[in-house]
Amino acid sequence: MLHEVGLDDIRPIAIGAGILGTGGGGNPYLGSLQLRNEIARRGPQKIINPMHLDDDTRIVIVGGIGAPTVSIEKLSEGTEMLRAMRRLEAHLGYPFDAVAIAEIGGSNSMHPMIAGLQAGLPTIDSDGMGRAFPEIQMSSFLFDGAVFAAPLAMVDAGDNAIVIPQAATNIWAERMARNIAVSMGARAGLAGFVMTGAQLKATGIHYTLTLAHRLGLRVIRAQRDRDDVPQVAAEMLSGRVVFRGKISDVERRTTKGFARGTVTVQSFVGDDELRIDFQNEFLIAYHNGSVVATVPDLICIVTDETGEPVSTEMLRYGVRVAVLTVPAPQKLKTEAALRFVGPRAFGYDVAFRPLPGESIGIEPPTLELQTNQ
Amino acid sequence: MRIGIDVGGTNTDAVLMDGTTVVSSTKTPTTPNVTDGITTALRGVIDESGIDVSAIDGVMIGTTHFTNAVVERKHLTETACIRLGLPATVCLPPMVDWPDELRDVIGGHYYLAHGGHEFDGREISAFDENEIRGIAQQIADKGIKAVAISSVFSPVNTVFEEQAAAIVQDVIPDASLTLSSSIGRIGLLERENAAIMNACLRELAIRTIEGFKSALETMNIDAPFYMSQNDGTLMNADFAKEYPVLTFASGPTNSMRGAAFLSGLKDAIVVDVGGTTTDIGVLQHGFPRVAALAVDIGGVRTNFRMPDTYSIGLGGGSIISTDPLQVGPQSVGYELTTKGRIFGGDVLTTTDIIVASGKEDIADQSKVADVAADLIAGVEDAIEEMVNIAVDRMKTSATPVPVIVVGGGSILIQRDVAGSSEMVKPDHYPVANAIGAAIAQVGGECDRIFSLAEMNRDEALEQAKAEASEKAVAAGADASSVEIVEVEEVPLAYLPGNATRIMVKAVGNLKEG
Repeated sequence: MLHEVGLDDIRPIAIGAGILGTGGGGNPYLGSLQLRNEIARRGPQKIINPMHLDDDTRIVIVGGIGAPTVSIEKLSEGTEMLRAMRRLEAHLGYPFDAVAIAEIGGSNSMHPMIAGLQAGLPTIDSDGMGRAFPEIQMSSFLFDGAVFAAPLAMVDAGDNAIVIPQAATNIWAERMARNIAVSMGARAGLAGFVMTGAQLKATGIHYTLTLAHRLGLRVIRAQRDRDDVPQVAAEMLSGRVVFRGKISDVERRTTKGFARGTVTVQSFVGDDELRIDFQNEFLIAYHNGSVVATVPDLICIVTDETGEPVSTEMLRYGVRVAVLTVPAPQKLKTEAALRFVGPRAFGYDVAFRPLPGESIGIEPPTLELQTNQ
Repeated sequence: MRIGIDVGGTNTDAVLMDGTTVVSSTKTPTTPNVTDGITTALRGVIDESGIDVSAIDGVMIGTTHFTNAVVERKHLTETACIRLGLPATVCLPPMVDWPDELRDVIGGHYYLAHGGHEFDGREISAFDENEIRGIAQQIADKGIKAVAISSVFSPVNTVFEEQAAAIVQDVIPDASLTLSSSIGRIGLLERENAAIMNACLRELAIRTIEGFKSALETMNIDAPFYMSQNDGTLMNADFAKEYPVLTFASGPTNSMRGAAFLSGLKDAIVVDVGGTTTDIGVLQHGFPRVAALAVDIGGVRTNFRMPDTYSIGLGGGSIISTDPLQVGPQSVGYELTTKGRIFGGDVLTTTDIIVASGKEDIADQSKVADVAADLIAGVEDAIEEMVNIAVDRMKTSATPVPVIVVGGGSILIQRDVAGSSEMVKPDHYPVANAIGAAIAQVGGECDRIFSLAEMNRDEALEQAKAEASEKAVAAGADASSVEIVEVEEVPLAYLPGNATRIMVKAVGNLKEG
C-alpha cells in the first residue's frame, strides 16, 4: 500500500492513472510535471489508507472540470485546486482535514496530491470512480444519497471564482458547473463533495492510487522485459485485449464543455474495425458494428508496442494501438449506480452486460512487487 | 539524373542516380565545416561517372547535422521564448520539461505575457502591445536575436503570435523569429518546444545551408537543391533555412527507405550501422514504422511524425576499452581514418577488431596483428549481443523477419542476428542513406477551413484528402504510390457554420523518368 508519493512514484502513477483514465481525466503527463515541481519544492506527499480514517474527518474532493483537448493547450495557472478549496472553506466556515480523489483516471489523480501539498493536507487513497467519467453525478460518493456534490467552488486560471451553495440534485450541480466551466474556457478547478470519514469509507472506491501505482510499475517492468505490455496491463486489471490496429479516423468536436467524438481503429490485417464513441472518456466500443463493451466497464486505449495510455486528446491518425476492456468496480454496477453511469445514462439504448472479474476498488494483496521496487 | 547526399556525423555519402539505377557512389569523412566534405563527395560521384554537371536535375541532401546539434548541445544560439497566455499556463513555463544542460546552453530565457485564445476563439486576456514591447526591449538588452513565440490555441487563431512578432521585429530589426503556429499542432508544450529548438538552430541552419550551396557552386551545379524532412519528403533549401527543425529524423527515414529500395523488401528490420551509432528501425509495407505519440529529441518532447527507431552506441568508430571490456559508446567518429589503428592511429576501434579477425581487409592489417585472439572474440560477442538485444526490442512478435544491414559500419555485422529469417546486405549498402535522400518522396498538403454547414464531415475529409493527393501528384508523385500520412482536424468553434480546420498531408514516390 502507498504511504507517501515521492518523485520516483510519479511516473508509475501517471501511466497507471492514464490507463484507468479510459481516455479522459486530463493529460497525466502535464499533471505529473506539475506534481514533480511541487514534490521537489515541498517533499513527498502523505497518502492515507481510507479504512484508517476517523469517522469525523472532514474531507473534500478536488479535480479539474472541462474538456481534455483544452487542457493540453490552456495549461494551468497552478493553484486552481487550492484556491477552489479555500473558497469552499470560507463558505463553510471550517477547514478540511484531508483531500480525496474525485477520479483516479488521468491528471485528476495528480491534482489531489498537488492541492494537498499546497495546503499541507494528506491525500486519501480512494476515489469516486475507479476510472474517469465526464460528469459530476457519476461518482460513487453520491449514489446512496448521503453525500452531495454541492456546495462546490470553482475557479479559473485568473480571478474568477464562484461558489454554488446548493443544487436540487447532483445532475443540477453538473449542469450549473458545466456551464460555468465553459464560460471559464472549458477548464476550471473544482472543490466539493464535502463528506466525513465515515461517509468516505462507505462510498469510496478504495486503494485506487495504490492500484494506479502498481499498474504503472508493472507496465514499466513489462516494457523493460519486452513483454507484450498491453496484455500484461489487461491481465493485471482482470481485463483483456479486445483489438489491435491502427487509428484510421478521429472525429472530434468540443461541444457544451466536453470533448466528444468517435475514433475508428482498423485491424493490422484483414478488414476488422473497432469503433469507439467518446465524451471525454471512451464510452462504448463496437466491433464490426456490434457492442463489445460499454460504460461503466472500462475501455482503455494504449500504444500497441509500449502499452502507454492514449487519451482522447492524443488520438491521432495512424497511431498503432491496443484496446483493452476492463471490468468496472462493484460500486459502479449497483442498480443505483447504473442509473448514472450505465449506457442509458449516456444515451445508448443498450443493456449493460458486465464483463467478468474484479480488480478495481479491492484491497490490494501484499505484493512481492513492493520488495522489488 | 539526381544526386542524393547524406551528411552524417561521421561520413558524407553521395550517390548519382539515373532513375532507379545507381550510377556512382562515394563515401568521404564529414569535415568540421561540412562544405569541404560535400565538395569532395560531389567530385567523387561526378568524376567517377564522367557525366556533365548539366545533366543533374536535382540535388537532395539529408542531414543529421541539426539533430546532432541538439543532442550534443553544440552550435546552438542563445534563444528567448515569449509565451502569450497569462494568467493561464504559469505552472508549466517554457522549457519546463527540458534537460537542464540543454536549457542552460540556450540560456533558458522565457517571458510570459498576456494574450492567448480560449478554445472557442475568445481571448484569454487582451493582447498588450506595451508589455510585448517591454519584453522585446529586455531581449534586445541581453543581445539575443533568436526568438520563439507561442500563444495558447494559436493553431486556432494565429493573430497574437503575428502581432507579437511584428513588435519584436520592430524592436530588434535583425531578430530571427519562429512562430509556434507555423510548426506544430495543438499541444502547447510540444509545439512550443519545437519552435524553441527551431529558433536556436536558425543561425546554424543558415551557415550550414549556405555551405551546401557554395559546395554546389564550386562544382558548377545549378540544379535545384532540396533538403529531406522528417516525413521523408523534400523541402527547398531556402525553406529549410527557416525551419531546420523539420529535418529532424530525416536520417533514419532516408536510410530505411534506401534499404527498402535496395533490397526490394517491404517488411523487414533495418540495421543502419554508422560511425558512432547503430539505428534500428522497422519497415512496414515499404515505409518506416512511425513512432506513436510524443517523440524525444535530445531529451525534448515533440509531437512530430517521426520514424520509430532505436539507437545504440555502436559504430565503425566505436572505441574499445579493455578491463573491463567495453564497446563504445565513445567513438572517434569522422576521425576513424586518422585515429584508427589500421589507419596508423593509436585508438583501437571496432573496425580494427573486424580487420584483425581477418574477416575484412581494409587499410593496413599488419598494424593490428598484435591484437589478442580472446579480445577479438570478446568484442565480436559483445557486438552480437548489443545488436541482438536492440533488434529484439524493435520486433513486435517472435516471428523471424528479414534483417537488412546498411550503413558504412556494416562490416561490424558478421553474424546472423537472432530472430532473423534472412540477413540481407544489398548492393550499395554503405550509401543507403544517400540513396534514400535521392529517392525522397514528394508531398502535397491541404490546410484549410471547411464549413460543415455546407457539407458533411466525410465529404469535407474526402475533399481535403483528394486535394492533398492531387497536389502530391502535381509535385511529381506517382499517383499509384500516394498515401495519406496525416489527418488533423481542429474545430473552430468561434466561426459560424460549424467551421473546422482540416489539415491533410499526402506523400508519394517520385515518378520515374
